[in-house]
Amino acid sequence: MRNIINNAYNTSNANGASTANNAHNGTTNSDFAVSVTGLTKAFGDVNVLQGVDFTITRGEIFALLGSNGAGKTTTINILSTLLKPDAGNVTVCGFDALLHAEKVRENISLTGQFAAVDTMLTGRENVVLIAKLRGIPKSSEVADKLLADFGLTDAANRLVSTYSGGMTRRLDIAMSLVGTPSVIFLDEPTTGLDPEARLEVWRMVKNLANTGTTILLTTQYLDEAEQLADRIAILHAGKIIANGTLQELKKLLPPAKREYIEKQPSLEDIFLAITHNTRSECDERDEQVKHSKEVA
Amino acid sequence: MKMLRDTYALFGRLLKHVLRSPDTIITVTIMPVAIMLLFVYVFGGAIETGADNYVNYMLPGILLMSIASGTAYTSVRLFSDREKGLFARFNSMPISRSSLLIAHVLVSIVSGLVTVFIITAIALIMGFRTNAGILQLLTALAVLTLFMFALTWLAVIAGLGAKSVDGASAFSYPLIFLPFISSAFVPTDTMPFAVRVFAEHQPVTSIVDAIRSLLCATPAYNAIWVSIAWCVAISVVGWLVGRRVR
Ligand SMILES: Nc1ncnc2c1ncn2[C@@H]1O[C@H](COP(=O)(O)OP(=O)(O)OP(=O)(O)O)[C@@H](O)[C@H]1O
Ligand SMILES: [Mg+2]
Repeated sequence: MRNIINNAYNTSNANGASTANNAHNGTTNSDFAVSVTGLTKAFGDVNVLQGVDFTITRGEIFALLGSNGAGKTTTINILSTLLKPDAGNVTVCGFDALLHAEKVRENISLTGQFAAVDTMLTGRENVVLIAKLRGIPKSSEVADKLLADFGLTDAANRLVSTYSGGMTRRLDIAMSLVGTPSVIFLDEPTTGLDPEARLEVWRMVKNLANTGTTILLTTQYLDEAEQLADRIAILHAGKIIANGTLQELKKLLPPAKREYIEKQPSLEDIFLAITHNTRSECDERDEQVKHSKEVA
Repeated sequence: MKMLRDTYALFGRLLKHVLRSPDTIITVTIMPVAIMLLFVYVFGGAIETGADNYVNYMLPGILLMSIASGTAYTSVRLFSDREKGLFARFNSMPISRSSLLIAHVLVSIVSGLVTVFIITAIALIMGFRTNAGILQLLTALAVLTLFMFALTWLAVIAGLGAKSVDGASAFSYPLIFLPFISSAFVPTDTMPFAVRVFAEHQPVTSIVDAIRSLLCATPAYNAIWVSIAWCVAISVVGWLVGRRVR
């Protein structure tokens, strides 16, 4: 049964563009790429997660918001089988994260909070290594394509220790896409990036979602969740205190906070307007900036 | 099958680390070679060992010293993999569980062997001569490799348990100096009683005696077995503790 579900899912993923279909397929367990119920986790005396429940529909972009220390990384680490929960049920692509950790690993990829790249290798060697470990036959072709997608072709044969923070993060995400995993965990993918690099990551996340990939991302930026997420959950004091679409959440937020959110993009616009001319990074980025100006 | 594939890929990656930072081999080689030069050309005349060739006498101890300092880099590599989140990345992927650690252990041994060959070549220039047969040479190499294997497990504990890079490499310092309180440079019977008891019952003495006897083509089987027992014991303890740390 589980295998059938999984195969069906992989097929739809390979065909691409299944975002819309999945949401209306009924309500069996197979519709959920991720399902978490009653999840608890403590580190010594610190009860980080105290009964977390949420589900992520296939093909959805799901944002997990929370302040520092809320337990976002802990949740992601449990979902990606790096940590064992104290209690609760965690299912990814129909597989129990404890009982079938290996199956879960075959279906996911993790982009951790801090870029996990080998700085002693070139960008290309990093991607090829992941491809080999995932057992992908044409590892160097896959690597070339991904590096091109992320604007890293020119830097591909340079040691990663010479990369900028933005390039490192792009490589980090590129490595996570090797083998087209069906669920991707992005832990604060844009923290530490300049606004232009952020926009680029956003564009990439949207593209991924368009191919049917399920994405769970954590963030501390409300505008990021606003821009990207189909659904947003807020993790606070060990529990999910809110979960819904942006429209649903807006009804919950006090007006003062909304004002803050609306101010943020305008500062960003000013920043982008005065910095993008003096930049030498790739043209695509500039287009993105112009586009965002037009929207504003 | 998958285990071999994953180990091979991760081994290749770590080997690039070693090749791209030749300082890891150079620093590991320079200190023991300097000590060898110092002992042979400065103190050598004053040291009475009963051996007619002092380079022959001290080479085993020098080799152990270089192996000990080389494993510090193993520890640092493990530490940085953990610190940079690469362990998390690999462990969230469908790879064979043990391949990551095996790759680290293999690279540790390969770079240890390279160091051993470089130092032996320098010793040959300085007058090291052996009349050991091929079997005895291979046995000596096997004992050295076993010693590398044992220390590598200590490096695994240090690398996975350390809080800082310095902490990760610090475990090797006492090991590097262990040869000084052993039969490596002077016979133990001139040492004060307490020091002598320690020297005669620590692993370096039996390993040095074993290798020295093999290089002289007069194998001391007792020392060889004791060396092997030490190395196996250290490896087992290291492996058991290392698994917990992970
Ligand atoms: N291995 C650990 N040992 C002890 N405490 C831990 C461990 N990992 C996390 N914690 C604690 O658990 C809490 C939640 O950490 P977590 O990293 O999940 O938060 P986060 O929401 O990702 O925060 P941030 O936004 O800063 O990344 C924190 O108080 C942290 O100190
Ligand atoms: Mg975090």
